[in-house]
Amino acid sequence: MSKPLISVRGLTKVFGDFTAVDGIDFDVAKGESFGLLGPNGAGKSTTMRILAATSTRTSGTVEILDKDPEKFGPLVRAHLGIVPQEDNLDGELTVTENLYIYGRYFGLSKKFIKAKIEELLEFAQLEEKRDVKVQALSGGMKRRLTIARGLVSEPDILLLDEPTTGLDPQARHILWDRLFRLKEQGVTLVLTTHFMDEAEQLCDRLVVMDKGAIMAEGSPQGLIKEYSSKEVLEVRFGSDRNKEVAPQLAQMCERMETLPDRLLMYTEDGEKLLEQIAAAKMHPTTSLVRRSSLEDVFLRLTGRTLIE
Amino acid sequence: MNTGIDVVQIQRFGALYIAAARLRSMAKWKSIIAAVDIGNPLFYLIAVGVGIGVLVEKGSGTSGTSGIKYIAFIAPALLANSAIAAVMDETVFPTIEGFKWRKLFFAQNATPITGRQIALGVYLSALCRALFSVSIYYVLLLAFNVVDFGPSVLLIVVAVLGGAAFGAIILFAAAIIENHDQFFNILGRLVIMPMFLFSGTFFPLSSMPIYLQPIGWVSPLWHATELGREAAFDYGVSTLMVSVHIIFLSVLVVIGLLLSMRQFERRLAK
Amino acid sequence: MSAAVDIAEKNKSSAMYAGRPQVLLERGWLAFRSSNWVPVITGFVEPVLFLLAFGYGMGTLVGDVTTGSTTIDYTLFIAPGLLANSAMNGAIYDSTWNVFWKLNESKLYKTMLSTPLGPLDIALGEITWALIRGLVYSLGFLTVVTALGLTPSFWAILAIPAASLVAFGFASFGMAITSFFKTYQQMGFINIVLLPMTLFSGSLYPISVYPDWLEKVIMALPLWHAIEMVRAFWFGNLTSGVLVHIGYFLVMIALGLYVTSRRLRALFLR
Repeated sequence: MSKPLISVRGLTKVFGDFTAVDGIDFDVAKGESFGLLGPNGAGKSTTMRILAATSTRTSGTVEILDKDPEKFGPLVRAHLGIVPQEDNLDGELTVTENLYIYGRYFGLSKKFIKAKIEELLEFAQLEEKRDVKVQALSGGMKRRLTIARGLVSEPDILLLDEPTTGLDPQARHILWDRLFRLKEQGVTLVLTTHFMDEAEQLCDRLVVMDKGAIMAEGSPQGLIKEYSSKEVLEVRFGSDRNKEVAPQLAQMCERMETLPDRLLMYTEDGEKLLEQIAAAKMHPTTSLVRRSSLEDVFLRLTGRTLIE
Repeated sequence: MNTGIDVVQIQRFGALYIAAARLRSMAKWKSIIAAVDIGNPLFYLIAVGVGIGVLVEKGSGTSGTSGIKYIAFIAPALLANSAIAAVMDETVFPTIEGFKWRKLFFAQNATPITGRQIALGVYLSALCRALFSVSIYYVLLLAFNVVDFGPSVLLIVVAVLGGAAFGAIILFAAAIIENHDQFFNILGRLVIMPMFLFSGTFFPLSSMPIYLQPIGWVSPLWHATELGREAAFDYGVSTLMVSVHIIFLSVLVVIGLLLSMRQFERRLAK
Repeated sequence: MSAAVDIAEKNKSSAMYAGRPQVLLERGWLAFRSSNWVPVITGFVEPVLFLLAFGYGMGTLVGDVTTGSTTIDYTLFIAPGLLANSAMNGAIYDSTWNVFWKLNESKLYKTMLSTPLGPLDIALGEITWALIRGLVYSLGFLTVVTALGLTPSFWAILAIPAASLVAFGFASFGMAITSFFKTYQQMGFINIVLLPMTLFSGSLYPISVYPDWLEKVIMALPLWHAIEMVRAFWFGNLTSGVLVHIGYFLVMIALGLYVTSRRLRALFLR
């Protein structure tokens, strides 16, 4: 295996007496799509800022293309495309001007950027909005433009912090499609997310983070296989009765999680389990059989749900 | 079900609720308000008293100012100007904030309080702030021996009237404005500054070339200043002109306020 | 290897400086072209209004002014002072409110610092932009003054580089101060400082009218040095004292640049 593009060892970041990142290790290989999955406050964004050479670490080592971002900040940033969580497009400028001036920040020539802009407008599906001020764009368009902007410098690595937070479902799907294309073109993606469906869609490999630490690492499928059963049966008995029936139901499956509004029963065959429940003369008000997801992995690892 | 909310009460006194809420939020800024309301007059009184006033009296005595000491001549103007500045601060910012930045008005409008009441409430709270600023200014004028206690108390009333006239119009403008990028700039440099300079503030309006005098005629500051000079020093303004000044300012108050209330209601209904 | 990396490697960019402050000017120009021309126009109008108001109005009240051994017409006296003042105002606007907005609301600097640009690029670029604005104001003002026949001689053109130095100094210092402010309330204190400085620094009358101690205090303020420097070039009255004024501004510029780039680094690269 060739040397990883990003290599992180024992990374720790402390703010005052709060430890945001607590000794994490991971590698990202070239062309890989790597995710940091975890709830808000897990330390994902702090890790991203350290990778982006815009924040210093308390201890540990970070190497991006063999360089320490703390010592070679500008050079490391020249390798990176950054897509921050909040849209920080230049509100006083148009779509094209935003792409243009961002390229200029990297010192790129006008000729190079002009050609690049056409390519990026097409990629971001913003050709018709080229001369529109960015304030007038929808949330999804803004996010696509922010990604396009991050690509002006032809970065080796694209860092995306919560790329679809705040977007409606349709805009999310368009965005995923665009990111998928980048992946196909061989761009290395590093993204944070608290959406398990996003992590499943986009990541080849991911780490599950909670309270600044890495809880597990693997491919989405691998993690599900390791930490969860094949299927999940979700049953509701009404908020008062859920607790009452829980002990009895727990006997019937491999593992069970009790959430405030529903019970999650882990099993290899959900339909069969549902029949058993019916046979035991218990009648849930609603029931749903689904396959296990990263949400279940997270629940197993932390005892909490991703989105609270 | 009795929720303890008296809708009739709100319908009657909604504007006062809004005004009270505005005054509470002003209280958060009390340190800066106090610094401005005390610092500003102090600097002007000292700068004029020991600076330009000396120069004027050396140059032309009091012949240009109808026999009044220079500092006393400009005092009514400074007072009215401070009322205008205070009213402007407390109408423009809350209005733009209420419609755009934090959209507070839409939340308030979701209660039985109407758009008209919100407009009136913001306006009333701004007048309270003006009264506060002007009163401090007046006390400083007494302390500096610029005016004698007596009929000059009328200066407070006149200044607040000037602020009210300007404020009613500016409240309307702030409620119309959708894109405020350059609003403060235009307001500050093309409205407030010329008004301050060309309203007979520092010298009689009549000493301006005639083509610059109309700026004064339409300026609430000039009308309030002339009224103030007459109230405090018997400046020699004719009874006719006194009534013109009062009528002009009152008309601005009424028209501005009616337009503002209608505009608030419309914009909140959109 | 991408072009961006190539450039970064060739530059051996330090953490503070990538050697590209001119891209900030390019950005300033793009933004100016589409929306920002209003403050520039209004910034130019302001000193002209002052000149008209004080020239015509105060001039009749004050008559002539004696500074040192020369006695000149009041309007002639205030022109260079207003030039210095307008250079300061132009630079302050860009380097305080504008910078505050980009620091705290639009996060523009944060975005820039996530590229290979360094804090010193931003500081130099923004300050140069403010300097250019100050220069444009000065040129506009000089044109009007010349048209009104108030320029003493052709050499008054030398007051332009002097005014640029003034703009540079205030821009640099203003940006440094702003980088410490977090709230609009704190920004309000800038005006609280600017107003007395403007009133007292002798743009409208010679500071010799003050008592001795006050005169000494004012001679420590940057605006006084600005006015005296511009006035010296304006009247071609070049004594060794001018060097002190120039030195004062050079120190101000250096200090401002140093503090600003340190602060940007502390704010966004930590």
